Amino acid sequence: MKRFVLAGLFASAMAVPAFADYTIIAPANPGGGWDQTARTMQTVMQEDGISGSVQVQNVPGAGGTIGLAQFASQNKGNADALIVGGYVMVGAILTNNSPVSLADVTPIARLTGEYEAIVVPAASEIQDMQGLVAALKENPGAVSWAGGSAGGTDHIAVGMIAKAAGVDPTTINYIAYSGGGEALAAILGNQVTAGVSSLGEFQPQIEAGTLRLLAVSSPERLEGVDAPTLKEAGLDIDLQNWRMVAAGPDLSDEQKAKIQADIETMVKSENWQKQLADKGWMDTYLSGAEFDAQLAEDTAATEAILKEIGLVK
Amino acid sequence: MGAFDFLLQGLATASEPMMLLYALIGVTLGTAVGVLPGIGPALTVALLLPVTYRLDPAGSLIMFAGIYYGGMYGGSTTSILLNTPGESASIITALEGNKMARKGRGGPALATAAIGSFVAGLIATLMLAFLAPWIVKVALVFGPREYFALMVLAFVTVSAAFGDSALRGLTSLFIGLALACIGIDQLSGQARLAFGVPELLDGIEVTTMAVAMFAVGEVLYVAGKSGQEDDKVEAVKGSVWMNRQDWARSWKPWLRGTAIGFPIGAMPAGGAEIGTFLSYATEKKLSKHPEEFGEGAIEGVAGPEAANNASAAGTLVPLLTLGLPTTATAAIMLAGFQQFGLQPGPLLFATNPTLVWGLIASLLIANAMLLVLNLPLIGLWVKLLTIPRPWLYAGILLFATLGTIGANPSTFELGMLLAFGVVGYVMRLYGYPIAPLVVGLILGPMAEQQLRRALSISQGDWFTLVQSPVAAVLLLIALLALVVPLIMRARGKGQVLSQLAADED
Repeated sequence: MKRFVLAGLFASAMAVPAFADYTIIAPANPGGGWDQTARTMQTVMQEDGISGSVQVQNVPGAGGTIGLAQFASQNKGNADALIVGGYVMVGAILTNNSPVSLADVTPIARLTGEYEAIVVPAASEIQDMQGLVAALKENPGAVSWAGGSAGGTDHIAVGMIAKAAGVDPTTINYIAYSGGGEALAAILGNQVTAGVSSLGEFQPQIEAGTLRLLAVSSPERLEGVDAPTLKEAGLDIDLQNWRMVAAGPDLSDEQKAKIQADIETMVKSENWQKQLADKGWMDTYLSGAEFDAQLAEDTAATEAILKEIGLVK
Repeated sequence: MGAFDFLLQGLATASEPMMLLYALIGVTLGTAVGVLPGIGPALTVALLLPVTYRLDPAGSLIMFAGIYYGGMYGGSTTSILLNTPGESASIITALEGNKMARKGRGGPALATAAIGSFVAGLIATLMLAFLAPWIVKVALVFGPREYFALMVLAFVTVSAAFGDSALRGLTSLFIGLALACIGIDQLSGQARLAFGVPELLDGIEVTTMAVAMFAVGEVLYVAGKSGQEDDKVEAVKGSVWMNRQDWARSWKPWLRGTAIGFPIGAMPAGGAEIGTFLSYATEKKLSKHPEEFGEGAIEGVAGPEAANNASAAGTLVPLLTLGLPTTATAAIMLAGFQQFGLQPGPLLFATNPTLVWGLIASLLIANAMLLVLNLPLIGLWVKLLTIPRPWLYAGILLFATLGTIGANPSTFELGMLLAFGVVGYVMRLYGYPIAPLVVGLILGPMAEQQLRRALSISQGDWFTLVQSPVAAVLLLIALLALVVPLIMRARGKGQVLSQLAADED
């Protein structure tokens, strides 16, 4: 019985968070990229004394739009609440017709990012990106692509590749999996022609020689990665799956400046850099007006490509 | 050094007194949080992972293993005693386990779950240690069409296994399948049957549904019957320990559950639930006491609990050898590994043997610790049932609500919990089995996605479904399981069938 009481205390502690300097909403289930980003922020901010106590709360669902909607309505003018989000959210807001968008919160900074990798199984006849594009041009339906959820970064990447190659994006045969991991199994099992996901998901397999890396979606070649960029392969694509942090709507300039300063201290800390290195995340920190401009540009480009794939009417 | 030396070295490290203390803390914390309905191992591990950051790698790993197994086990305790499954893999445990608990046999039910979990965990962890690289090769053969065939097999065996009336079982299953259509369609990204409600975009949460159907429905049913004569809950009848007959009826289901659970857990899209369903169906088919199923058959607890734990170890096969997290819990474990700069993948066993074998040794120790901690506590746990019924059921309702809110703080989720609780009550009232509904909700989306993926890859050619030998064999077994009983019944040979079932052992 004693442990039941203890268990009850645990539940009430989770249901009613105690006083915290910052509460970070991870709009996804535990374990995913956003959850890990939020929990890493929690660790660094607490250990480096940026914030005395940080709570992480998971509000999963619908590409982060449920968490975003809840966050925007509950935290007007609240400078203590943060939400983690990312590029996938931009697409999800569009495909789900979400009533709340990133314009309804205060974007603070882009934190990390990962580039997309295009791979084929080691046993595949396709040797390079040109070969894959040729197969795609010959018969778009015969090239099956495995990647993450529909309308996510991986799907958008395939749409962009088709468009850049002059193939109608609505004809692509994209097989959506619930995540990079499940897609990876399909690629390794030779179930599909090619795979698209963030480079980190494929890296161990590429090193072990079970997958062949055809191209990466970065603007320039990546250090230590033996593959051309999509641009080199003649496809004008620069795509990054980034993660960001935002604060509540209607903040005063002082409030916003304080959060920006806290986040900057965190990003510049040795602890944060070490965590990024451990997790294989790239530091793509961008804040202020530059980030706002980048966000607007990404949103417009995403909307255009989702319309062309036919996911957004 | 060979694999065996590494394992022995890991075991030696893991059995130092400090390490045992860490294991004990991990197991206790894991169990304590895991018993909350609606809070499965994934959330338990996520909540408690930061606790392990402060320790050195060895201590951290062992506490982590303790939390993992503790969280898995905690779910079955509430399933059995309170009919509130903490996660989808212990739904089946609630079916027979709770019936046993109400007949005063909660002790043996908890004991067979604990010992079955231990046996399965032990065998499966050893299989993980020595067979992982080979198993993963076999698992990769499973593509969309093979998975679809496996789901079809699960549907057929499961709908036949639950309840007395096939029609009622199928009705319940199809309600579940219909509810499973709600939410964003994974392959096209379009919302179905969500009616503009954002909370419905991700579909209906399985644990919310399970807790609503089993716990809330039950509470309403009991409240609705008050004043009338009702079946008494006897806290303890006979010994709280397993008797000779319990052992005799448990050990084969443990082994069969392990044999079913481990390979399915090792498949990249297998998960823990299918193993428990198939194990339950198998035990019902092979049991010498099929009439006890639905009334508290110990085989129905022993088999699925073993399958559940075996598949938990099976999940580690793709995680360690391919870096594939196939469940939410595995994804969090991946995050746990990364704090040591450990990148699971094909090279892991070669580049980082000490940590990998340390983890495997930790799992073995945590597994044993769990047994040591829980067996003596069974007597205490079953006393829960001696609480006066109004208090007990009010408590169940409280914990069901807290668990749901804790996992997902949303008023809509709470509303769904209560609404489906009423559905569960009505179904109970009219004698419809609950489990097929939950099974339909879990397996429906998987079957649909795999079918559509298979057809998408083959560009619409339906023959692809039978062109792979594995898929063809699985579908054939499913067809036989469906047709043979019908023909036999039609020829008036129903008795032959039950005779056959009794003969097999």
